[in-house]
Amino acid sequence: MTAAIEILNVEKRFGNVGIIHGLNLSVAQGERHAVIGPNGAGKSTTFNLISGHIAPTSGEIRLNGDVISGLRPFEINRRGLSRSFQVTNVFARMTVWENVRCAVLWATGHRYAFWKNVDDLPEVRQRTAEILDDINLLHRREVPAGLLTYAEQRELEIGITIAGGADVIMLDEPTAGMSHAETERAVALIRRLTEGRTLVIVEHDMSVVFGLADRISVLVYGHIIASGTPDEIRGNPKVREAYLGEEAH
Amino acid sequence: MSVAAPSASDIRPVARSQSLKFYGIWVIVAIGLVVLPVIFSSGGSLTSFSLIGIAIIFALSYNILLGQTGLLSFGHAVYYGLGGFAVVHMMNAVAAHGWPLPLPFIPLVGGLGGFCFAAVIGWVMTKRAGTVFAMISLGIGELVASSSLILRSVFGGESGITTDRTALPHMFGWSFGPQIQVYYLIAFWVMIAAIAMYALTRTPFGRICNAVRDNPERVEFIGYDPHVVRYLSYCFAGLFAGIAGGLTAINFEIANSAYLGAVQSGLVLFATFIGGTAYFFGPILGAILVTYLQLGLTSLTTVWQLYFGIIFIGIVMFAPGGIAGILMMHRPLLRAGTLGTVIPSYLLALLPTLVLVGGVILGIETIAHYTASQGEGNVINLFGIPFNATTPSTWIIAIVTTIGGFLVARMTWRRIVEAWDRAARGARDQGYLA
Ligand SMILES: Nc1ncnc2c1ncn2[C@@H]1O[C@H](COP(=O)(O)OP(=O)(O)OP(=O)(O)O)[C@@H](O)[C@H]1O
Ligand SMILES: [Mg+2]
Repeated sequence: MTAAIEILNVEKRFGNVGIIHGLNLSVAQGERHAVIGPNGAGKSTTFNLISGHIAPTSGEIRLNGDVISGLRPFEINRRGLSRSFQVTNVFARMTVWENVRCAVLWATGHRYAFWKNVDDLPEVRQRTAEILDDINLLHRREVPAGLLTYAEQRELEIGITIAGGADVIMLDEPTAGMSHAETERAVALIRRLTEGRTLVIVEHDMSVVFGLADRISVLVYGHIIASGTPDEIRGNPKVREAYLGEEAH
Repeated sequence: MSVAAPSASDIRPVARSQSLKFYGIWVIVAIGLVVLPVIFSSGGSLTSFSLIGIAIIFALSYNILLGQTGLLSFGHAVYYGLGGFAVVHMMNAVAAHGWPLPLPFIPLVGGLGGFCFAAVIGWVMTKRAGTVFAMISLGIGELVASSSLILRSVFGGESGITTDRTALPHMFGWSFGPQIQVYYLIAFWVMIAAIAMYALTRTPFGRICNAVRDNPERVEFIGYDPHVVRYLSYCFAGLFAGIAGGLTAINFEIANSAYLGAVQSGLVLFATFIGGTAYFFGPILGAILVTYLQLGLTSLTTVWQLYFGIIFIGIVMFAPGGIAGILMMHRPLLRAGTLGTVIPSYLLALLPTLVLVGGVILGIETIAHYTASQGEGNVINLFGIPFNATTPSTWIIAIVTTIGGFLVARMTWRRIVEAWDRAARGARDQGYLA
């Protein structure tokens, strides 16, 4: 089976500064893959590379076997990859309902249609309501997204990401800044919503990582130092030294 | 995945009563447009209504860019002007060849003209939003305006190109010579264009325009190319601006280079912003007010642009949501029933504010008259009271009413703020305000 995501020897430099070097990563289809690493390791940059937000300086990225490096984000999204952002990135002046509905429109085939009444599309309405129900924001649907609480905005961020029905979901620190109870709820949500899909998640909370992930990759200074099952990662001395040890002090 | 969420079926975004109310509004507007000239039948008001109607279409078309898609254009009059020229040439051709195309269909030609030019030039222009787009729009505006003076055969040079709207085939026995018939032609197109532009905001494309306005970066990650969205938006804005320009050409039976110049571009920006870009009806209010002021002020004072500037600065600074924003601010209070707490403070502020405004106007007019006119033009007629710009008493009255009015008005404005806080708290307690 071809890997959902395959990163081959990717390099990313910003000017003279090399942020990502010799990055190789493979995420199997249907796998829940966590990427961990210290602050500034390049986790978000890796997400930006995969999702087309930035182009690699060299190397190749494949989605389901097709080369996607160099494509624009919307082209990659249309091929079935959707990502969330570490810093909430929603449509602030539009309501919660509209935020999710916008994310549903392309996937339901309405594209740039300027001849259809958007309120008159049953499948769009149905799917929007389902997503809002999933992320527990149905009762807040008329509120402008900019006025939501922080935790609600994070949930909306996830909702927008999954609304298009992409097979590959990438979440960048979805639980950052959440309370313990909120985190638990969010993890249950992520587990349920990504059932049967491929998930790549960046997360600092180790209990979340080890509870959720099938496989874990450890990124340090723009390079993956280890990749394996949670047990393998826990037992890996290089990881303990470079990352987990640092966490423990 | 196939099981619908239990509450999903409860969600009806548009309730029946709401859509009834919606159609009701359009019907009322249509009736209003029909009876308006019956109530105000003087030639002057017919001309005013015609111009206001055109301004409404133009401002709404501008808001497709500014309010819906977040594109600030300084050259929107290009499409208005090209629509006007397209119409004039078409009318002359129809008259010359005897084509069976009656006048009511002619504005479409203007729309087509605006649309085509936008379609050709828009792709490059809309690559970037923000400052880049604003600057390019300014450049294109200047470019087209100056070429219009060079390409004499197309644009008729300084004098423009004239036409005769009665030379076209008549329809329903209407020659469209009398202004009343032109008014009804314009009113018809105002309805068509306004409904079409409103409908456009309610389509998938219209919703994505708003998303591009709010956050073009994120739009790319939900499958959309913001460039395409901006481009389509630009083409639609050009289309409706062209219809407005075409109606102007029909109304005046001429198109000239002033139609596509910077002044016209500035006016539409001004009207749209004053009316308020966040609501569909905002630009309509702005177009009515600005056209009315323009028609009224130009005959009253030589420095009417100064007043425009003051109003514009005032809105930008104190009410960035425009008139529509100010009106809609009161909706939660109205729902919560706390509007009654603010109304008295408004009434209290009215008189001192009017005194202040009167003082400022007198001051401006006095200075304008004193510096601009020598000798006999020194008498200013303000609210029916004659003032002589050269006598010291006029200056003293202006200064006293301005300063005194301001000091008293400021106290009453504070009361408004306090009353607002109370009313808003009431509305918030009842959940009508976030
Ligand atoms: N556009 C850019 N230009 C220059 N440097 C950048 C750019 N984007 C990221 N960097 C740098 O790349 C490094 C990695 O950043 P990145 O955001 O990927 O880290 P991260 O692993 O996601 O960290 P965190 O855990 O804090 O989110 C940082 O040093 C950052 O300053
Ligand atoms: Mg990061």
